[in-house]
Amino acid sequence: MAILVDNDTRLVVQGLTGSEGRFHGLRNRSHGTNVVAGVTPGKGGQDVEGIPVFDSVSAAVAETAANTAMVFVPAAFAADAMFEAIGAGISTVICITEGVPAHEMLRLHAFVQHRDIRIVGPNCPGVLSPGKANVGIIPAEIFREGSIGLVSRSGTLTYQIGHELTQLGIGCSTIVGIGGDPIVGSSFIDVLGLFEADEQTEYVVIVGEIGGDEEEKAAAFIESEMSKPVVGYIAGFTAPPGKTMGHAGAIISGSAGTAEAKKDALEARGVRVGRTPTEAAQLVAEIARA
Amino acid sequence: MSEERLNPRRCSHTCADGPRGSSGRLARALDLHEYQGKELFRQHGIPVSEGRLALDPASARAAADDVGYPVVVKAQVLTGGRGKAGGIKLAENADEVEAHAGEILGMDIRGHVVTKVWIERASDIEREYYLSLTFDRSAKKPLFMFTTQGGMEIEEVAATSPDALVRLHVDPLEGCHPWHARRLVYDGGVTDPSEQKQIAAIVLKLYETFVATEAMLCEINPLIVTPEGEVRALDSKFSVDDNALFRHSDLAELRDAAAADPLEALAREKGVTYVKLDGEVGVLGNGAGLTMSTVDVVTFAGGRPANFCDLGGGGDAQGVVDALEVITRDPQVRAIFFNIFGGITRGDEVARGILQAVGQMGLELPIVVRLDGTNAEEGRRILGEAALPNLSTEATMLDGARRAVELAA
Repeated sequence: MAILVDNDTRLVVQGLTGSEGRFHGLRNRSHGTNVVAGVTPGKGGQDVEGIPVFDSVSAAVAETAANTAMVFVPAAFAADAMFEAIGAGISTVICITEGVPAHEMLRLHAFVQHRDIRIVGPNCPGVLSPGKANVGIIPAEIFREGSIGLVSRSGTLTYQIGHELTQLGIGCSTIVGIGGDPIVGSSFIDVLGLFEADEQTEYVVIVGEIGGDEEEKAAAFIESEMSKPVVGYIAGFTAPPGKTMGHAGAIISGSAGTAEAKKDALEARGVRVGRTPTEAAQLVAEIARA
Repeated sequence: MSEERLNPRRCSHTCADGPRGSSGRLARALDLHEYQGKELFRQHGIPVSEGRLALDPASARAAADDVGYPVVVKAQVLTGGRGKAGGIKLAENADEVEAHAGEILGMDIRGHVVTKVWIERASDIEREYYLSLTFDRSAKKPLFMFTTQGGMEIEEVAATSPDALVRLHVDPLEGCHPWHARRLVYDGGVTDPSEQKQIAAIVLKLYETFVATEAMLCEINPLIVTPEGEVRALDSKFSVDDNALFRHSDLAELRDAAAADPLEALAREKGVTYVKLDGEVGVLGNGAGLTMSTVDVVTFAGGRPANFCDLGGGGDAQGVVDALEVITRDPQVRAIFFNIFGGITRGDEVARGILQAVGQMGLELPIVVRLDGTNAEEGRRILGEAALPNLSTEATMLDGARRAVELAA
């Protein structure tokens, strides 16, 4: 089954004619993703290696029945692109672009509340369901298909852990990079809920990093809502304490935000946490083979 | 992928993360000085005291003559604890101003050297409140916090009398309305009608300021009430979203390059995310998470990282050259560990960048490279063919870290 992207995904790439959009859009197609359209305003009628380009997402949806959008447009236009995709009836929007202004994400998030829409990102590596579909920039060749659901705030760290799992012969159902911006479309908890409901996923790995309290929230969610075993990894154990300015943040989260605090929160809920990516992968192997 | 800075994103703390930002990637924010924040407050109609900026004792004296005595001389540094460090002093006359300014300018406050002082008309304070507006990353909404128990550490208020700290989210599509302001004022227990009215107006203006500047944090601590019953912002903590600066050139100009660590400033100029640490192993990765993890692994391998340096998502050849230039300016660096897992970053580009940098800079430091992911094979082939004496490759992150630690020993 996998989550978010699979064999039923019909992908429209917003920004397909840009260099990154083209490189990764074609790479996604070569992994087997059904890339049905591209959108670049003013370039409707062109094509990118056979993928038709439209002026608008609504035109792309009308012609190709696209159901998932990948946003690769520059940061200043990314929120607009996401709103456009939603307006055209797309229900899953995955935004790779980094640098999207946070206030625009605030409004977007408020807008999609109570609508049946899933946003992933921005500033994320995308979503890969090995053997089914790859939407984003995750190098699919380092993962194999299997039963681990992997969710991460970090892009390259996700690849590292996936690589370590592959070395141990362990495959993934879906890999989701949620992105690390202040306001992201999907949080750990959103994705954990999807994994819990997914038949293919038997175990889950959560990859966090210092700062914020998303890992702590995930820990509480895992305890109350999840039956599947979860393994954690947190980056930043040796990060020196930083300077602080303003105090509102720590008060809101009520957490120190350190790797140790996150590890403790997860372990208190029965989630084993590795101190290195290698150790985390070994913990997964132990559990999966038990 | 943008990545934040090592310890959490710089703004993070500002945006509801823990210490210094927090998410691993600092959602990057531009922190403004008190005087800059106050100027923005003033522009948006939030009452502040009259003040002037001064860079030397003589101009401090002139500034004080201008605003009228007594004045407060306040160090302008992007860190807390100025008062305790002696960076804020009251002056009754021109000689005192000059003397205080002379002492404060050049002072080192938590590693920040004071180059500017703000000379402000002193205020009589009857009561001190606290008002802030920031991002609640979990709720994904702007959050007001208000308490009449200002003048102490706000964390302490939150811990000891949580009921005294009023929290109110604003739906960004609805915007901030007078009812929000009334709620804060009533729930905060402000009873004087004139104060209620003034604070409510400040709440609305603070929201306007927050939206207009695309801020991540606007904090007024303390918000004072004078004996005459006038409400004013006596301090400002203000951070704006780096990602939105492209449409706020006025705010972008407020960046104080001199306030940053010189290496960090150079890094910023080059578009490299760099945080100076105190060891000997230069660490260069792509992506904040992986780079942070690399710093951990180098430490666990018994080494001391010299820095956190994130190439970011692009990592083209020039990016590598720029990053190496920054890292090698630090004389403590004895070996460099490249840990690259390509996604958008392409291994062949990184390899070319390493060779280009080594050639251009005549680098002799030992370099250990671990390449995986997109075009990694091609990258390893390029490095292998170059056969540089000071460059070795390792197959895994752990092996690479161990090797770099050995070489730096």
